[in-house]
Amino acid sequence: MTDYKDISLTGYRRANGRVGIRNHVLLISVDDISNAAVTGVESLVRGTLALPHPYGRLQFGADLDLTFNTLIGYGKNPNVAAAIVIGIEPNWTNHIVDQIAETGKPVRGFSIERTGDLQTIADAARVAQELVQYATELPRVPVEWNEILVSTKCGESDTTSGLASNPTVGRVFDRLEEGGSTLIFGETTEVTGAEDKVMERCVTPEVAAQFKRAFDDYQDLVQSQGVNLLGSQPTEGNIRGGLTTIEEKALGNVEKMGRCTVVGYLDQAEAPAGPAGLYFMDSSSAAAEMVTLCCAAGATLHLFTTGQGNIIGNPVLPTMKMTANPLTVETMSEHIDVDVTGLLRFEYNLDGAADRTMEMMARTINGRLTCAETLHHDEFVLTKLYRSA
Amino acid sequence: MKKGILLHEADDDVGVATMDLAAGEVVQALTLEGEAVTEIELVDDVPLAHKVAMKPMDANQDVVEYGRAIGSSTTAILVGAHVHTHNVKGKRWSGKSQIVEHLGDQP
Repeated sequence: MTDYKDISLTGYRRANGRVGIRNHVLLISVDDISNAAVTGVESLVRGTLALPHPYGRLQFGADLDLTFNTLIGYGKNPNVAAAIVIGIEPNWTNHIVDQIAETGKPVRGFSIERTGDLQTIADAARVAQELVQYATELPRVPVEWNEILVSTKCGESDTTSGLASNPTVGRVFDRLEEGGSTLIFGETTEVTGAEDKVMERCVTPEVAAQFKRAFDDYQDLVQSQGVNLLGSQPTEGNIRGGLTTIEEKALGNVEKMGRCTVVGYLDQAEAPAGPAGLYFMDSSSAAAEMVTLCCAAGATLHLFTTGQGNIIGNPVLPTMKMTANPLTVETMSEHIDVDVTGLLRFEYNLDGAADRTMEMMARTINGRLTCAETLHHDEFVLTKLYRSA
Repeated sequence: MKKGILLHEADDDVGVATMDLAAGEVVQALTLEGEAVTEIELVDDVPLAHKVAMKPMDANQDVVEYGRAIGSSTTAILVGAHVHTHNVKGKRWSGKSQIVEHLGDQP
């Protein structure tokens, strides 16, 4: 194993100075009925990546804003070299194009009304070809660890998560924080039972209050649907695995924070704009929704810990899978990028597990595809706040 | 000495079994940093990833893991005993809800 500090990192430096580790030409669908057009262009032009999804019509208010911010955030993400936006009509399409253009990267919009799918696909494909040829000539250049925005989430957790893989992320985050990185964690409902610990880690009472407001809102939402999140955890499966109380489960989850200070609160899909450090983003604990929100917020590398074997991926945000569960390594090896089971066999300590993780992070930054990327785990899932009009 | 228990914090009341442990075994408990903390003689069988008492506890006492209370003891607990739902309950919340049916067994 090579010391992560000795691995030179390379990435793509965008016009706004931000660094990406992938170089996608993204085809963004504004709405459900434009999915056929973006996938049509994708099938014609090698090197493009279509982003179809089921929403974007008759949404309103905060729900519409979140869909816009997610689509715009994907276009702005530094892992994207250039983007094409296709929608049924020009107003919403241009709104998204204009916001992505603020990054200085090439972006073009097309609308289907008065043109039809076939002409739109032909027009967009010609531009897509130019953008792919532009992107493929962009060089990888030397970059620093603190230029990579790293996010984290755990899924299909079991006791090995709290015991080993989550603390490993925590140790990696401690090192990255010290080096001046910007980091994101979230899962608003899954910190239930350790929310006081998160609040204690917040840099100011204002940040703690923002976190608590989001936390309480989620509890209220769940209760408004006639269910109660409190007292329902840990689940029967968790208990069989050795977890005893909700506090214990949540404390295992927030091990991913390491000893970092929470320097800021982010709304869903909001990009960190303040100082470097760890941010809490209000987010669902559903894996694909949370990782999608991280990507929209500008994360360029994601650390995903799993116990029983969540297989989540994302089209734009490389999602590195880590586990300390030996059975998961044995039965699902094609999904696991970093095996930290050695921590439970006392083969190395937490620093050794963090070294192994950062070595794989460096290789992933430098271009190695994650397991999820090779297996087409391109889960792009918009968070929907409420029903459409 | 067989290594068999991991501690999140050296001063925690409970450690976690890193393999199936049997009553009567004597195993070493270490921190995640790899520092040996103590040796424990098991008084119960403790399955992989379940907890072992590092210290004797009275009933109604905070049970500390991760340096924080994960609940309180419902009975006195001996060193080396299995620590789980039969002798610890959460302090914050208890009772059942429908969320398990709604959310299933995840994440």
